[in-house]
Amino acid sequence: MKPASDAREARLHKLMVAALRGDAQAYAGFLRELTPFLRAYFRRRLQSLPDDVEDLVQETLLAVHNSRHTYDAGQPVGAWLHAIARYKMVDLLRGRAGREALHDPLDEESGALLIESAPDAAEARRDLRVLLRQLPDKQRLPIEYVKIEGLSVAEAAQRTGLSESAVKVGVHRGLKSLAALIGRRQ
Amino acid sequence: MKTDELITALAAGAEPVDSRAPSRRLLLAAAAGAVLGLPLMLVLLGVNPRLAQDAQLPMFWVKLAFVAAAAAAAFAIALRLAKPGMPTRQATVVLSIPFALIWLLAAAALATASPGERQALVMGSTWDVCPLNIAKLSLPAFVLALWAMRSLAPTRLPLAGAAAGLLAGALGATVYTLHCPEMAAPFIGLWYVLGMLVPTVAGALLGRIVLRW
Repeated sequence: MKPASDAREARLHKLMVAALRGDAQAYAGFLRELTPFLRAYFRRRLQSLPDDVEDLVQETLLAVHNSRHTYDAGQPVGAWLHAIARYKMVDLLRGRAGREALHDPLDEESGALLIESAPDAAEARRDLRVLLRQLPDKQRLPIEYVKIEGLSVAEAAQRTGLSESAVKVGVHRGLKSLAALIGRRQ
Repeated sequence: MKTDELITALAAGAEPVDSRAPSRRLLLAAAAGAVLGLPLMLVLLGVNPRLAQDAQLPMFWVKLAFVAAAAAAAFAIALRLAKPGMPTRQATVVLSIPFALIWLLAAAALATASPGERQALVMGSTWDVCPLNIAKLSLPAFVLALWAMRSLAPTRLPLAGAAAGLLAGALGATVYTLHCPEMAAPFIGLWYVLGMLVPTVAGALLGRIVLRW
């Protein structure tokens, strides 16, 4: 088990470092490779809340995205990811204080995230598109055009009438607001 | 939205990210907080009229070195707590060094003093206002350090709040040295530390609420 998770660590680290330099393809690969581990991690620990697993996977991906500037390339990427995943899970459980899920053991060791993976992709219960509709146009439209429809920043700027930097700022702020909206609903 | 669609959305147009941004932001908050503490000190307390003479005594610089070292060590630990999964053990050991040294110095001063002098060494003449003054002067740094911490990704919220609070407290104490007439290590080891603890405890209590992300 250990050598396999070391190899994963090395691969994810390489992808993440490239992603931080702006390599979108490496970043997509990083998120895609990470997702099954997140899913397995939450599924194992939230056995009494199976419906929340995919929501939490998506929320954690968004958190990884919004806080990727806090990743230090000298640090094991598994430890960084595990701390975020664990934080998001504890946050969810705390929001539902009183549930017996709180007594599920929470492991502390930092490599625990990269051990197992669950392959199948599932539909989340909470639809992020619905949440997206609550954002102001200045944030919603850039996200819809750039992130979902895959337009370039220049095309999105043309279509919204905003400047290119306003589109970039809108995407950035919008993803932050989206994460905050998720937090508030719990 | 399917998770796969979310991934595609997040990865589209990934921009380069500067990993020095967290330290720069926290440093900016600390520096601005300390600078804003200065006018607060001038208005509320005023500069120590004997500052020029006091600055010729080694103890003035020991006092300043203690609070500045505490601020630097608190900065290092706060920065680590602002990033997910960063170990903090080493930084905690480093943080304990300035406190251990000032307490050693205090113990030595008390041990060599005559019994009649000891009370004066501990209480000085301003013990009753010192902790609260330090807490007041740390307020700008407190707000800014928590704001900077909030914009990062702390995962241990009470600890992260406490570290931001201690950073603010040590910065407040640094500004306070320009007003404070006290020169005895026992005084500094007790009342300065208590003053720094006020924002530390406040940060620990507020952390869970204001640092949530």
